[in-house]
Amino acid sequence: MIETRRPKIEFLSPELADKIVDEGLTLLEKEGVFVENREALRLLGEAGAAVDGATQRVRIGRSLVRECLVSTPHSITMYDRSGEKAYLVGGDEIHFNPGSAAVSLLDHGAQEERKAGTRDLVDFYRLVETLEHIHFQSTGLVSADVPAAIADAYRLYLGLLHSAKPFVTGTFRVEGFRPMKDMLAAVRGGEAELRRKPLAIFDACPSPPLKWSNLTTQSLIDAARAGIPSELISMGMTGATSLATITGTLVQHVAENLAGLVICQLARRGAPVIFGGSPSSFDMRKGTTPMGAVETMMIDSAYAQIGKRLKLPTHAYMALSDAKVNDAQSGIETAMGAVLAALSGINVISGPGMLDFESCQSLEKLVIDDEICGMAYRLVAGVAQREEPIALDKFEGFKPDFQFLSHPHTRRWYRKEHILPKLMDRDPYEAWVMAGRTTALDKAHKEVEKRLGQPPLSPLPEGARKDLEKIMAGYARSQGFGALPEPGL
Amino acid sequence: MNKDGLYADMKQAIVEGDGAKAGRLAGEAVRAGLALPEVVEKGYVPGIQKVGELWEAGEYFLPELIASAEAMKAAMAALEPGLRQSGVRAATCGKVVIGTIEGDIHDIGKNLVAAMLQAGGFEVHDLGADVKLERFIDKAEAVGADFICVSALLTTTMVNQKRLVALLRERNLRDKYTVLVGGAPASRKWAEEAGADGYAENAVAAVKLAKDLASRRA
Repeated sequence: MIETRRPKIEFLSPELADKIVDEGLTLLEKEGVFVENREALRLLGEAGAAVDGATQRVRIGRSLVRECLVSTPHSITMYDRSGEKAYLVGGDEIHFNPGSAAVSLLDHGAQEERKAGTRDLVDFYRLVETLEHIHFQSTGLVSADVPAAIADAYRLYLGLLHSAKPFVTGTFRVEGFRPMKDMLAAVRGGEAELRRKPLAIFDACPSPPLKWSNLTTQSLIDAARAGIPSELISMGMTGATSLATITGTLVQHVAENLAGLVICQLARRGAPVIFGGSPSSFDMRKGTTPMGAVETMMIDSAYAQIGKRLKLPTHAYMALSDAKVNDAQSGIETAMGAVLAALSGINVISGPGMLDFESCQSLEKLVIDDEICGMAYRLVAGVAQREEPIALDKFEGFKPDFQFLSHPHTRRWYRKEHILPKLMDRDPYEAWVMAGRTTALDKAHKEVEKRLGQPPLSPLPEGARKDLEKIMAGYARSQGFGALPEPGL
Repeated sequence: MNKDGLYADMKQAIVEGDGAKAGRLAGEAVRAGLALPEVVEKGYVPGIQKVGELWEAGEYFLPELIASAEAMKAAMAALEPGLRQSGVRAATCGKVVIGTIEGDIHDIGKNLVAAMLQAGGFEVHDLGADVKLERFIDKAEAVGADFICVSALLTTTMVNQKRLVALLRERNLRDKYTVLVGGAPASRKWAEEAGADGYAENAVAAVKLAKDLASRRA
């Protein structure tokens, strides 16, 4: 049998990729980055970086970066809540997860964005739990019915109560890390187990150009020490917070992400780090940051290629749209992103469900996108030689009345070779009319209702639930807040 | 000196976003002893007007807009001493205090509006980003502003626009200032809800709105 080729795209020639990395390293060495965090500055200074305490500017030599790249794991294995199901984050493995931290939800009935509350977060988690092609959860919505000061921990709390999948999450405040880590450890059965079997990835975004804020730097340090993978989310906006050229933005991306990686490694050698991002092609008319722009996807694919070249796990914000409702635009941008991300072999792909520049989630879109993700997985599985010979033996004694449909070969292979979509319309026209002229969106909404009408798939067992409630309630109290909303159990 | 030719060049310098040329031509006008208010009116203002037209026609984008605003600034900087010396103040459309609201560090949109307001003939006091509510008011009081313009990019910080209006009311200063709000999450509806006097969806529209409101204030 001939080995199956995994279809793959690479935008950069090896020479160009190396040149971008080289300029990124030189940028770190010559101009440096601003790090607004005392502990990180101390760690960097002790490791030999040139730290200017007054301006919080750090120039990081390439030998230190190289050394830190060596100590960073090439892949990470994430585990679900049971600790049994493992997901490799590395190589060309791809895992979709919903676009995270949306501040609003698209209300299907009203076709309007509105603030999300506890009930919506519970629906969101329960729905994602049923979507087979969305491997990871993300704390995809921010609940407006609890104070903003505890919103980061609260969304993870609800997620862990209702979901068994690995999480992509992150802190909004420095104080948020502790309770979030405690909850993860409680579910996993201790901090050592959590380190051994990571349950959540924490996103940390530098502020372009070339700055790591106190909050995000602290998240890197805290996560590294707890053995929690940090996802580095550099996000230059072409011509606004980074150079207008794709390559120029990539140089800055490399410098920002590698500065973050160095901080992680100095906090704890061997800390798991993911080379990610959320850059965008800045729209020079509207002043907005379109995630569905084809150039945004080109930047994503190219930095991921560089991440792979540096032997790091990768991440991108793809398979999402800037449309405000589930329309043609949302389908185009999401599918194009999902396919490009899959072909780029990006390990963690954050996007499904997301609309309106990373600010809105839609339950219907999650269902539609689940189908898109299924197609993307199929696509990268490639064209395989299933049998030897491929066809000749089947044609032996070939006659004009040869029946393919009834041939055993068909039943043996058709399910493996072809996926049957749930939402894409494949009815003959008359059948479609008779069935009520339903669109993919109509079907998606029905599917949402059906799935949410079923018993919850993964409620957290009683004991662990009590532990989480205690941690969350304690944290809320410590921040001066009393009763939390009923968590929908 | 061919005045009309000079004015045409000035206009062109603004349209092309050529700050060095705009400044140099302003210097020539000063040395030639031209009536500087007329230089502004007939040379530079038509340039920035043309830029607004090109924006609206979809031919100019943000980088052209900001380059032209910067060129206008360079020209005005070169004319300013002469204007002051002659005792003739360049006619300003009004004084503006502008900034991005506290808790929010996003200032690309705000910078653009500030630059365009300045280019459009307003005296602009830019307080930067993450500006405390009190600072907006203190600055407005100090410079005798007509407008307070508040930007917010995040829905979480946008509520502070409303708090600013409330604070103005508390201090019995609400009627003294025209308050404009802007930023990605803002809208006309939000401006009403926040008790502000207006909202504009982009920098060119903001200048138009401010000019319109200024003429009503006068």
